[in-house]
Amino acid sequence: MAEFRLPVNSRITTGKTWPKPAGATNLRQFDIYRWNPDGGKNPCVDTYFVDMDNCGPMILDALIKIKNEIDPTLTFRRSCREGICGSCAMNIDGINTLACIYGMDEVKDGTVVKVYPLPHMPVVKDLIPDLTHFYAQHASIMPWLETKTNRPQKEWKQSIGDRKKLDGLYECVMCACCSTSCPSYWWNSDKYLGPAALLHAYRWIIDSRDEATGERLDELEDPFKLYRCHTIMNCTKTCPKGLNPAKAIAEIKRMQVNRVV
Amino acid sequence: MANGKPVERPLSPHLSIYRPQLTSITSILTRITGNALIVSALLVVWWLLAAATGPGYYDIANGVLTSWFGDLVMSLSVLGIWYHYLAGLRHLYFDAGHGLDIGTAEKLGWGCLIGSLVLTVITLIIV
Repeated sequence: MAEFRLPVNSRITTGKTWPKPAGATNLRQFDIYRWNPDGGKNPCVDTYFVDMDNCGPMILDALIKIKNEIDPTLTFRRSCREGICGSCAMNIDGINTLACIYGMDEVKDGTVVKVYPLPHMPVVKDLIPDLTHFYAQHASIMPWLETKTNRPQKEWKQSIGDRKKLDGLYECVMCACCSTSCPSYWWNSDKYLGPAALLHAYRWIIDSRDEATGERLDELEDPFKLYRCHTIMNCTKTCPKGLNPAKAIAEIKRMQVNRVV
Repeated sequence: MANGKPVERPLSPHLSIYRPQLTSITSILTRITGNALIVSALLVVWWLLAAATGPGYYDIANGVLTSWFGDLVMSLSVLGIWYHYLAGLRHLYFDAGHGLDIGTAEKLGWGCLIGSLVLTVITLIIV
């Protein structure tokens, strides 16, 4: 059953307002979710001010600047800074995206930049969610090529047309933006696989070289694993890579129908 | 961490911080109208039952349902029916694998919202 209110230990309290940098004239306010596992306190939202005249263009630039110059305890994941690793996925200005490819100018001018961890996830610290369950769901869809025929001498070949079917699917970087934007995943993530895992499932289902299509569809034929998708489409709207999990899920549902009628 | 007790992790905020999307609003409205229409249907059943029971009881039920409040509830129900109908058609279209890019889905969403209003006005003018 959907639990709309946050648990008692998760309710957000007022945090600290950090001093403005001296001499800066072009300041932008950042409200950032904080939680420290040591200390036993509830999460809070801290306020920072960043000098925009002396900062890179992306949200991640501002976060790094805060960590370097204002508050070294601010904790977040980041690595590639070009949208290919998926580490810096977080909720910025009310939507899930990658901090490294989300421009400061994409947040309405003059408004506070609000930064939270990916929604409805256990928090490890500050902006870092625990993705253990998310990864386990990905592993459960067998994200590899399953074959039964003998291994070919050189390689598993595929026509250009069949390879094209994987475009828009293989680019997924598993950042978890889509799954954690999905209200259905919020309420049922224990049983519903969520958009990311289902997009990967579809990627292997339609791979011409894969020989476990039937088993894969059998595995997903379940009221929760697949059919908790109600085409809310927050996933597609928020995907920082511009992929379409909603479409992939609809295609799996269609395949489920087509193989029995 | 050091005392060996497992850390009780907080749950990150969700509904309260996620910006409402056109597609998510049209989705939840489908569910809300669907549930509200059950109540409307019960009111209509009550009215029919009252008619079958006798003139005295019918007068009470009819009085309630044709009062300004009854008119308001029934007019909103017409809006609910039209919205739920259009959203249902949209869902069938989605289920067939069409219209699932954001541009089309949002156009269809506006279509449901505006279409249901227009159809409600037309219905109220005709009835």
